[in-house]
Amino acid sequence: MKWIVWLKRLAGAVGVLWAAATLTFIVQQLMPGSPALTILSGGATKPTHAQILAVDQAYGFNKPVIVQYLTFIGHLAQGNLGTSYLQHLPVTTIIAQQMWPTIELTVVALVASWVIALVFTIATAKRRRIVSAIGSGIEIIAAGLPQYWLGIILLVVFAIELKWFPVEGGSGVAPIVLPALTLAIPLAGFIGQVTRDEFAKVLDQPFIISARARGMGDTQVRLRHALRHAVLPGITLSGWALGSLFSSAVVVEAVFAREGLGQVLTNAVAGQDMPVVVGVTLLVAVVYVLANLLVDAAYVLVDPEIRLA
Amino acid sequence: MTAIIDRTHRQPSWQPAVSRWRLRPGVILSSAVIAFLVVAAIDPALLTTQSPYAVNLGAALRAPGLGHIFGTDQSGRDIYTRIVYGTRQSLLIGVGATAVAMGGAIFLGLLAGLSGRFVDGMVNRFLEVLFAFPGLLLALLFVAAFGQGVSTEIIAVGIGSAPGYARMVRGQVLAVKGSPYVEAARALGHPSRRIVRQHIFPNAMRPLVAMVAMGVGQSIVWASALSFLGLGVAPPAPEWGAMLDAGRDLVTQAWWLEIFPGLAIVACALSVTTIGRYLRQRFEGETG
Repeated sequence: MKWIVWLKRLAGAVGVLWAAATLTFIVQQLMPGSPALTILSGGATKPTHAQILAVDQAYGFNKPVIVQYLTFIGHLAQGNLGTSYLQHLPVTTIIAQQMWPTIELTVVALVASWVIALVFTIATAKRRRIVSAIGSGIEIIAAGLPQYWLGIILLVVFAIELKWFPVEGGSGVAPIVLPALTLAIPLAGFIGQVTRDEFAKVLDQPFIISARARGMGDTQVRLRHALRHAVLPGITLSGWALGSLFSSAVVVEAVFAREGLGQVLTNAVAGQDMPVVVGVTLLVAVVYVLANLLVDAAYVLVDPEIRLA
Repeated sequence: MTAIIDRTHRQPSWQPAVSRWRLRPGVILSSAVIAFLVVAAIDPALLTTQSPYAVNLGAALRAPGLGHIFGTDQSGRDIYTRIVYGTRQSLLIGVGATAVAMGGAIFLGLLAGLSGRFVDGMVNRFLEVLFAFPGLLLALLFVAAFGQGVSTEIIAVGIGSAPGYARMVRGQVLAVKGSPYVEAARALGHPSRRIVRQHIFPNAMRPLVAMVAMGVGQSIVWASALSFLGLGVAPPAPEWGAMLDAGRDLVTQAWWLEIFPGLAIVACALSVTTIGRYLRQRFEGETG
């Protein structure tokens, strides 16, 4: 019974991905101008008609739309994302080369944002009114900070003025601290707002009162009982957060001149290198869909009372 | 849901009107910032005597001080003046993108909320697919396909943020559709077109006013992100995000090139969001 539910979920996820791929294909078809011009744009002279025809032939742009679509989907199903118009390399190769710095950045940032949000919640939720008010005020402001600006401030203060971290390059842990914080702080603001509400609600529950009546200290109550419940809605948020972290990573990589998929994507968008843009976009969609499946699974683990619907 | 409907339909008599209007410091400050920006957008010459394009290489990269309160850029142009002149374009993009997003969202939301189960399911699936792309990525996909420029930026950011709003509109429409007064109107035999026009549409749209305010802030931040990546408005236009992009390589020498345009974006976005939250509280009586 349980397995059928999960299979259905999986089928739904595949359906979403198929639709997402179709959407990117439609966008590519709507694109004004011929992609052949983009492919030939590296040359010094204006491409001749014969050259354009040759490229159309090689890439199959002259085939009927439905054939192009089926080829596209067929290749995707085999993990083939096509060939970059500008770099003339398989898109999968380009992504594989640049993927790790971005994954490292997003994972570190996700963990950091959780740590910041939880410490903040435990420290300030349901305290004296002034402490709670300041806590939630900071969260609102943090959640509203654009990453490009936050990154620049951290860069100016901690790398340029205080020289604690390298402005660019460097080795070991140092170069990832500021970019990860840039991503983590606004996200921590979001997660914190959710966990704080939940925390405050849980602390009014009867089982908390009974724990207190047994003589458990306030910190113990917060850590042992309330935390677990406050984490739940935050987990849901993390599935969404992975996707949003990635798109923010595009900006943060630009601020800190870091290598990664963000730079690949920015350059591809500027050069209208559609296979690369579509490849990166679909990769993020896959990550998003998988993350949400995992979130569903994590939910069941944290709270065994929740049954799969 | 009934609580919301009660509040929107009659004034609560138990609360004096004055206390409902009591303004908090944050709201006053935000209103002041917005008033300043609106003046800057309408007539920037009122707020500064200098020109945003006047190159003066002798005064390049001056630190903030008297004469240039926010300093000057690499061409000796006054940063404060450029921020003031950039307001119009930045606000226009923010408002335009929100309008695009709301237009799309209201269409999809009404379609889903008012049609039968089949159409509702289709629209929901469609939104689910759009949700798989984070907003900025959807915008980037659009810019890649249709090239850079102000109008693409507006549409791109609008499309990127539409799915979230659409889901909200759908929820509103469904809630209002199931409310007692709509049931009553139906029982009275009013034609459905009239029910939609007179009851469902206005009541489903009301909470969106606050969403629009917050959406404008979000759109400005996103549009600036596109410009910051060099994929939005092209220089030398004094758009805030483009200013950030132009100063990026000089940040080690002149921090003011980046801090002040960014501060304008943050102040604008925060103010609009604060007003949006305030409106939401007033409309829905929601706390927080």
